[in-house]
Amino acid sequence: MDTTQYLDVFIDESNEHIEMLYRKLLELEKNPNEKAIIEEIFRSAHTLKGMSATMGYNDLATLTHTLENVFDAIRYDQVQVQSEMIDLLVETVDHLNTMVENIASGGDGSHNITKVANQLQMIEQGKLLVGADTRFEQVEELDNTISTFTNIDEFELSILNESQERGFQNYDITIQLREDCLLKGARVFMVFEVLEQLGEVIKSDPPVSDLEEENFDFTFSVILISNQNAKEIEGKIKKVSEIDSVNVNPFSVKKYRESKENNSSIKENTESNSNNNEEHKNKEQQEPAKNQHKTIRVNIEKLDVLMNLFEELIIDRGRLEQISSDLKNADLQDTVERMARVSSDLQNIILTMRMVPIDHVFNRFPRMVRKLARDLQKQVDIEIIGADTELDRTVIDEIGDPIVHLLRNAIDHGIETPEERLQKGKLEKGTIKLKAYHSGNHVFIEIEDDGAGINKEKVLSKAIKNGLLTERESDALTEQQIYELIMASGFSTADKISDISGRGVGLDVVKNTIESLGGSISIDSELNKGSIFSVQLPLTLTIISVLLVELNKEKYAIPLSSIIETAIVSSEQIHSAHHKKVIDFRGKVVPLVNLKDVFGIPNTKVDEEYTSIVIVKKGEKMAALVVDSFIGQQEIVLKSLGSYLSNTFAISGATILGDGQVALIIDSNAIIK
Amino acid sequence: MSFETATEKKVIVFQLKDEEFAVSVQQIGSIERIQTITRVPNTAKFVKGVINLRGVVTPIIDLRSRLGIEETDYNESTRIIIVYLEDMEVGLIVDAANDVIDIPTDIIEPAPEVIGVVNQDYIEGVAKLENRLLILLDLRKILTTEEITELKTVEGQ
Repeated sequence: MDTTQYLDVFIDESNEHIEMLYRKLLELEKNPNEKAIIEEIFRSAHTLKGMSATMGYNDLATLTHTLENVFDAIRYDQVQVQSEMIDLLVETVDHLNTMVENIASGGDGSHNITKVANQLQMIEQGKLLVGADTRFEQVEELDNTISTFTNIDEFELSILNESQERGFQNYDITIQLREDCLLKGARVFMVFEVLEQLGEVIKSDPPVSDLEEENFDFTFSVILISNQNAKEIEGKIKKVSEIDSVNVNPFSVKKYRESKENNSSIKENTESNSNNNEEHKNKEQQEPAKNQHKTIRVNIEKLDVLMNLFEELIIDRGRLEQISSDLKNADLQDTVERMARVSSDLQNIILTMRMVPIDHVFNRFPRMVRKLARDLQKQVDIEIIGADTELDRTVIDEIGDPIVHLLRNAIDHGIETPEERLQKGKLEKGTIKLKAYHSGNHVFIEIEDDGAGINKEKVLSKAIKNGLLTERESDALTEQQIYELIMASGFSTADKISDISGRGVGLDVVKNTIESLGGSISIDSELNKGSIFSVQLPLTLTIISVLLVELNKEKYAIPLSSIIETAIVSSEQIHSAHHKKVIDFRGKVVPLVNLKDVFGIPNTKVDEEYTSIVIVKKGEKMAALVVDSFIGQQEIVLKSLGSYLSNTFAISGATILGDGQVALIIDSNAIIK
Repeated sequence: MSFETATEKKVIVFQLKDEEFAVSVQQIGSIERIQTITRVPNTAKFVKGVINLRGVVTPIIDLRSRLGIEETDYNESTRIIIVYLEDMEVGLIVDAANDVIDIPTDIIEPAPEVIGVVNQDYIEGVAKLENRLLILLDLRKILTTEEITELKTVEGQ
């Protein structure tokens, strides 16, 4: 069979399965008894085996087959999952990965697998097994009766536990709908909306999907974490109509557990380990599993073409709008308006089609962090929040490396060794939080560690020693500015240079990469408490928000990302310093730059009493750009000027406005010197 | 017949002042009427700016100015010829685009020493057809960006 035509698909799918294996193995390490995870690993290994056998990659097939056997044994409780085992399993997947990479780069995927395969066989035969079978069996019997809820799993319990510790109250709420209620689903929805405002719903009985489909009588129960008291909750729920009764009872994890203790005394140890980190992570990981959608693969170039065609449509739409408003024909206006609405929906869809969840970048981090922490003999947990945050494909491709660098930096310099941490009275295990979220037109990515923090004195003395600044200058710096010094080129605070980070080339490269993407990075830190690196990125590189300004009938666009604010100043506020015009902007002296001079536009306006200015920034520096008037804020599609005019001074590109005209985009970084 | 087509070159003929020029059709994307041009500051004098050509921002050069012929106002017959060269896409403003003709390659001669106002560096050759004299332009020379970069850096500082 000629298999070459399937090679791309094979490689794509294999990578997906390997990614899945890695992820699930790490989950398994935290929840060794979770059957669902074991099942998924087994399935992935099985599929991979089948595919590689069909494609004729024997080593790959043999190794996956061995892996599959191990999980088969685990599935049927012949083998108990242990942390030592996970190491070997991860190593196995590493081997698989190498083989697939080899195939992708044109090799035949052969690899020496005897050693690892033998070790796997030993596991399969239970050689690494430490007599814990009994414990395992008990897990299976885990079910019990208490109140309405019988099936709260350990994960949910640990959340409830945590919330109690944090001073929240857990409630077991039973809601009875009126029997003449017609739209049960809608009522349930309304109740949930109320509940979500009050706190967090942890579980519902029957499950949410059944509730949505109205597969229940008239009663349902939920477990809610809230900081409101029972009366208030009851009152708020009752505001939803067609509700017969609401029963709010405090829910005690302890009691629930006690009643379970009778049956089984298991899993204490796994539970004491489970802290906030794991919960969030589990939550993240459980959600995508729930709603698996059908997808197709589309070449990104096709999406680019689609986008270009759509832009043309938008420009024509602008013309049509113009024409229809001139003709004042009601029917035409109606139609054009409808078309405008449809096309803006279409625009949203096209834009979101190019969006990829940031998980594509994040999913390899747990593995990397785990390995790095081992290498450095540190204990580090990574907690990922917001892995489903979406970003434009072009941005996704670029941010992987900077974030890897920041993570390495956090593990190497941030998190202390376990001994140091104990001395400081912290948990032995450090935590890195990787958080992504949308805000406005930006995506924020935060890397937070609970490590040593940044030692300001050390940074300053180092910076002075390396000639980055003088002692006099250093007195005037704010905390933020001191922290930012560590991203200056030629800086490294680690006493010892390791091969992980600390060459002093890292963080400034990170900063440059992020800035070249139109983003920014800031650092916050507290000594011995930890540091937060926050990266701000635009949602997409092709669509940006700009302020349109007018200069003598010419329209120019200034990216909002570089604007601090706009202002109108009177002539008295403009001062002269060293023959240059400056203004006093919130206590800072900011040079005035007349864009007409920069762009060689004849200045027809005589000196007026008021001047419109746009204050732009480049790092810490600022400038006030003088314009004739502001037109307004707009979302525009960034276009290049073409290679013929590729490096025009102070112009970073162009865009096509609604009327079909081209407006130039000002590169304020070039103007600020 | 096939012999003839092989030795013929299809060109677009356009006018600048009172001379006729020709560019091979293979390098031409389209011919457009004059439209609003957005000026791009800090570029060479002959770069008139950019236009929106069906969604693509395209730079526009005034060919008169580029070849050192005095500029005139644009009128009804003024055209923009969109040419492609390597990865560049540029529009050339010409007085009029007259027609498309086939010229036998064997009548193309190298540029004579003196040929009027146009700097002969830009000339690939001339073709004499009945009573017309066509000047074949070397687009590569016209679109060479060295001079422009020079100009830009001077103005940029």
